[in-house]
Amino acid sequence: MAYFWTIVVLVAALAVAWRFLGSYMAAVFDGRVHWLGFLERPLYRALGTGPDHEQTWKRYAGALLVFSAVSVFATYLVLRLQGSLPLNPQHLGAVSPALAWNTAVSFVTNTNWQNYGGETTLSYLSQMTLVVQQFVTPAVGIAVAIALVRGLSRRSSQTVGNFWVDVTRCMLYILLPIAFVAGIVLVGQGAVQTLAGPVTIHDPLNGVTQVIARGPIAFMEAIKQLGTNGGGFLNANAATTFENPTGFTNLLLIFLLLVIPFSLTYTLGAMVGSRRQGAAVLAVMAIIFGTWVGFTSFAEHQPNPAVAAAGLAHQPTGNMEGKEVRFGDTSSALFNVASTQTSTGSVNSSADSFTPMGGFGMLTGMMLGEVSPGGDGSGLYTILLFAVIAVFIGGLMIGRTPEYLGKKIQAREVKLAGLGVLVMPIAVLVLTGLAVSLHAGRAGPTNVGPHGFTEILYAITSQGNNNGSAFAGLNGNTAFYNVIGGIDMLIGRFAIIVPVLALAGALAAKAVVPESLGTFRTDKPMFVGLTIGAILIVGGLTFFPAVSLGPIVEQLSHGRFF
Amino acid sequence: MLAHLRRSVVFAVVCFVFFGLLYSLAGTGVAQALFPHQANGSLTAVGSPLIGQTWTSTRWFHGRPDNFGPYAANPKTGVAGGDNPLVANGVKGESGATNLGPRSKALVADTRLLVAWWHAHGVDPTTDLVTTSGSGYDPDITPTDALVQIPMVSKATGVSPAALRHLIASQTQGRQLGFLGSPIVNVLDLNRALARLE
Repeated sequence: MAYFWTIVVLVAALAVAWRFLGSYMAAVFDGRVHWLGFLERPLYRALGTGPDHEQTWKRYAGALLVFSAVSVFATYLVLRLQGSLPLNPQHLGAVSPALAWNTAVSFVTNTNWQNYGGETTLSYLSQMTLVVQQFVTPAVGIAVAIALVRGLSRRSSQTVGNFWVDVTRCMLYILLPIAFVAGIVLVGQGAVQTLAGPVTIHDPLNGVTQVIARGPIAFMEAIKQLGTNGGGFLNANAATTFENPTGFTNLLLIFLLLVIPFSLTYTLGAMVGSRRQGAAVLAVMAIIFGTWVGFTSFAEHQPNPAVAAAGLAHQPTGNMEGKEVRFGDTSSALFNVASTQTSTGSVNSSADSFTPMGGFGMLTGMMLGEVSPGGDGSGLYTILLFAVIAVFIGGLMIGRTPEYLGKKIQAREVKLAGLGVLVMPIAVLVLTGLAVSLHAGRAGPTNVGPHGFTEILYAITSQGNNNGSAFAGLNGNTAFYNVIGGIDMLIGRFAIIVPVLALAGALAAKAVVPESLGTFRTDKPMFVGLTIGAILIVGGLTFFPAVSLGPIVEQLSHGRFF
Repeated sequence: MLAHLRRSVVFAVVCFVFFGLLYSLAGTGVAQALFPHQANGSLTAVGSPLIGQTWTSTRWFHGRPDNFGPYAANPKTGVAGGDNPLVANGVKGESGATNLGPRSKALVADTRLLVAWWHAHGVDPTTDLVTTSGSGYDPDITPTDALVQIPMVSKATGVSPAALRHLIASQTQGRQLGFLGSPIVNVLDLNRALARLE
């Protein structure tokens, strides 16, 4: 019953945000919000650009790629040099080259895959450098989504906006204010925010001495969730009390994950001039998300088979291995599903110790391509690729040239959408095949049997989808996993963004076709069903064989342990 | 291309100053001004109620077995004793879970050891008392987890079961706003109250 009310409050809060944050974001990207203009204008002067300098899709993509490359390089440098830089109270040494490469790519691609334990590896300055990317990368993702929406809403236009302006406005007007307020609330509940180093305390009651890691944690936590980043300060992420102290903060963190990806569908509707179109896309996201939350929560309320075999057949509180008492089984499942389906990857419980079907829920949520609701911006642009595929299939059925929001969908658009949808499964399956066929890959998992295979598949799926969630038993901090993970993350981010921007350019150049009786309506349940079908068929057909070797075999191995 | 590169460098520097340094520093300033106790880790003289400790003696209520029994400090792996969270990971001072899967033989064996330990002390354990947490230093247990330990604690301390039940009830925090999270008992607070009772 408590879980029921948790869901009710979450849905109500998201509904309010959908309406108001959604329209506010449309105003921000239309250039109607100016309250931080005194910061914006000097920056544009320094950059030599501004809202009047519209870019073609190629220039937009060029700016994005060059900036991302510079970001990877700068982050890599800071990690390598942290030993000689300030804000390092624990005197931690340089991060190894392979790990620094993986970490730099990870944060610049909005993945936040972490092959390191934060509190024992990174200086405070390094953590702050990663926070920069936690602001920049969601803004880049949202900018790409907005460019695609402009492609749909503009008529016969050569340009899709200005990359620098879109990213700046997103960070200043959307991410910064929400994250700052959320950071204060988190500290009020007990999250830590200090520049002081670890503290040592002796407890005379039980005679133990503790070393307690601290740091500027809470404000990183806020942007980590809001920006669908996922990389926390501490190794155990949002399972720790210093990141996520109470049941209330747990709900707040889940809300922060979901609020921008869901609300962007309202922004879509507002910018194309039809809220119903945005609501239809929202329905696709919400139906898939709700189904997965229900399935995974149910799975985690079941007993843990290993604990049952050890003599506790009756587990009324569900599978508690790797979970925190203050959250309980279902709220832990809700957090991890929200995190895996927003390409965030933060965890409030050990994903590796979920029941086989709970693990299945998290893994398959990522395999659908991160569209329910997906990451900041990346969720919207990926689901719009599926929408293009859906109207194409609908067009084939009735033998008519398909349209989406008044734009004719022709061979070029379908090819670009198909490319964007298929890049991720190809990268994930090829790299998983590589990992399981090499000794260096098979050396990674802690667990054996089907669960060991799932650890590998999960890691590569997570990085290919820029998620960052992990079955943390995998020892990913090896040269092999650091290098292929970096490649996986780059493909999962930029090999999708470039086709999306090309699609934006192609659509923007088109004139609008007036709606007629034969037009396939994209604001009706038929479209919602067709899009869900396209998502499930692409994800299901590509990944079913791999998933059946992992969590499905594990679920069916009654009474067997590995 | 060169224009992109120049803008990228300028933008990266501005972002670093603004979102790397100023955001964290301003956040720290506000946090320290408004909530200094929480911002520094809710520390007390005997530890932080947010960080679980190892309770080995039977005269105290125990928390989750995050670094107890099979998960205790191991000198062979270079992990020192004391009470650093997450010795189970083999990395000193690093938070984290066991990451053992639901069909792991190792998890069956470790859990058996914990069940046997509780039975030897006259306690019929709940799930929380034989499973480890996600953080590796879960500071809380449910009221039921505390109630089942009464036979053990009562025997060691001589405090009557009725007094212990009353103590647990007085230390129980209900769900936040009536529906958020689970009802919890903070183990450190409970044991401090127990010490005062004796």
